[in-house]
Amino acid sequence: MELKQKFALETDGKKVTSKSVSTFIQQLVFVGPAALFFTIIVLIPFGMGMYYSFTEWNGVSNQIKWVGLDNFIQIFNDEGFKDSFWFTVRFTVTSVILTNVLGFVLSLILTRALKLTNVLRTVFFLPNVIAGLLLGFIWQFIFIKGFEAIGNLTGIELFNLPWLGTAQTGFWAIVIVSVWQGAGYLMIIYIAALNNVPKELMEAAEIDGASYWQVLKNIVAPMIMPAVTVCLFLSISWSFKMFDLNFALTKGGPFNSTKSVALDIYVEAFQNNRYGLGTAKALIFFLIVAAVTSLQVWVTKRKEIEA
Amino acid sequence: MGEKYSLKNFFLEITAVLLGLLFLIPFYFVIANSLKTFSELLLNPAALPKMIQFENYVRAWEILKFPTVFINSLIITVLSNVGIVVLSSMAAYRMVRFPTKFNNLFFGLLVASMVIPFQSIMIPLVKVGKTVGLLNNIPGLIAAYLGFGAALSIFLYHGFMKSIPKEIEEAAIVDGCTSYQVFWKIIFPLMKPMTVTVLVLNSLWIWNDFLLPSLFLSDPELRTIPLAASSFFAQYTKQWDLALASLVLGVTPIVIFFLAMQKHIIKGITSGSVKG
Repeated sequence: MELKQKFALETDGKKVTSKSVSTFIQQLVFVGPAALFFTIIVLIPFGMGMYYSFTEWNGVSNQIKWVGLDNFIQIFNDEGFKDSFWFTVRFTVTSVILTNVLGFVLSLILTRALKLTNVLRTVFFLPNVIAGLLLGFIWQFIFIKGFEAIGNLTGIELFNLPWLGTAQTGFWAIVIVSVWQGAGYLMIIYIAALNNVPKELMEAAEIDGASYWQVLKNIVAPMIMPAVTVCLFLSISWSFKMFDLNFALTKGGPFNSTKSVALDIYVEAFQNNRYGLGTAKALIFFLIVAAVTSLQVWVTKRKEIEA
Repeated sequence: MGEKYSLKNFFLEITAVLLGLLFLIPFYFVIANSLKTFSELLLNPAALPKMIQFENYVRAWEILKFPTVFINSLIITVLSNVGIVVLSSMAAYRMVRFPTKFNNLFFGLLVASMVIPFQSIMIPLVKVGKTVGLLNNIPGLIAAYLGFGAALSIFLYHGFMKSIPKEIEEAAIVDGCTSYQVFWKIIFPLMKPMTVTVLVLNSLWIWNDFLLPSLFLSDPELRTIPLAASSFFAQYTKQWDLALASLVLGVTPIVIFFLAMQKHIIKGITSGSVKG
C-alpha cells in the first residue's frame, strides 16, 4: 500500500495524497524523536571525532589546526599509549577468562537442587548492581586497610603485599574487582543456558558411563555455545572499555603502570587538553574494539552452527 | 528437577555458601568499619565495632548533601527512562511494521553503534553539548541518555514486536482507530513485559553512570550520587570513617532497588541475552 503512495508521489509531483502525507507524518512522529536524539548524541559526535582526529586542538579555542596524519604518527611512536594498550590487552585476557570461568562454575553449582539457590543468586549478582566507581572505592579500602588486617590475623604473605602500590598488585587488584563485579552477571546467563539443556540427554550419557567432564565437554558445551558467544562478547566489551574501576582504584598509577586505554584517552583530552590527539586515540580504540568483537562473534557463531 | 538432595548436593551447597560469604566480605568490611570511630578503625579493621555509632553517617549525609544528590539521580534516571521507553517503543513499532529503506538503515546504524566505546564519542559530544546547550543542566543530561539509550532499547522492542500479531491492529483500524490510538491503546500495553526489561536495564546503567555526568555537569548542586561520591573521596581521601559511611549511603538506594526488582532484572538479562 505504501509503495503505491510513494510511486504516486514520484510520478506525479502534484498528487500528494492526504494518505501519503499522514503516513509521512506518522513516520516522523514515531521514529523521528529517537532518530533525532541518536543523531545528535551519537552519530554527529562520532563523525566529528573522525574529523578532529586529523587536527590539533585544545578543546577551548576556536583555532583548530589541520595536521593530517600527524596525530596517528605520534600515537604510533607514543610509548605511553603502547603501554596502556598492552596493559588493556593483558587485563582483558585475564579478566575475561577468570570472569567466565567463575561465572560458569557458579552456574553449574546453582543449577543443582540446592536449598539456597535464590539467596546465593542474589549474593553473587549483587556486585554487578553497584556503580563501578563505588565498587572501586570500596575495594580501595579493602586493599589498603582490609588486607592489612587479614594479613595480621592470618600471617599469609599475600595480604601483606603493598596492594595498589606496585604495578603487579595494581594489575591484579583491578582484575579481582572486575571478576567480582562481572561473574554474577555471566552466571545468570549461563544458568539460563544450562536450564535449556535437556536433562534426559545428560542422564542418558551418565548411564552410558560418561564421566562428569565428558558430559560437560561433549554435551553441555556445544549446547550452551550461544550463551558463550554472548558472555564472551559482553566480558571482552566490558574489559576493553574498563574505566570506572581504573579511575577509582589506581587512577592509572603507580607511575602510569595501570593505565587502561580508556583512561589514557580521558587523560589526553581532559587533563592534557590535547583534543585532537585524544580523538585520534579514541578512533583507533573504536576500530580495535569493533575488530576484536566482530572477530570473536564470528568465531563463536561458527562454533554454534557446528554444534 | 527430579534430583534428590544427596550428600554431594549438600557439600556443593556448603561450598557455594562459603563462596557467597567470600563475595560478601567487602560489604562486611565497609559496613562494620563505617560504624566505628576513626581510631577504632585504624586499630583493627577486621574486628566488629565495639559500640555502634552513627556519627559518621550524620556527617557524611551533610557533606554529601545526600538528599539533593539522591533527588538529582532520581530525576535523571526516572525521566530518562520515561523518555527512552516512549521514544524507543514508538520507533521500534514503526520500524517493524514499515520496514522502509530508511528504517532499516536506521536500525542497522543503531545496532552497529552499540560497539562504539563511549570514549570515542565523548570528546566531540562535549563540544556538541556546549553548542546545543546541553551542558550543566539536567534536561541536557537526560537528552544525552535518550540518545545513548535508543540503540539497546529499540533493539529489544524490535525483537519483541515480532511476537505481536498484525490482526489485532488491523481489527482496530477497521473499527476506526487512528495509528496513534492503535499504538497507545493496544500495542504499548502488549509490550509491557519488554517495557519492564527496558526500564530495569536502563535504570541500572543510568543510575550508576559516572563519566557522562562528570563531563556534562559542573554545578555541585546538580551532582548525581557517583559524582558526589567521587568528589567526596577526592576531598576526604584518608578519612576512612567518613568515606565508608558515604559509600554505604551511596550504594544503598540501588541495592534496595535491586532486591525489590530482582526477578525482573534477572529475567531482563536472560531474555535480552539468550535467544530462545
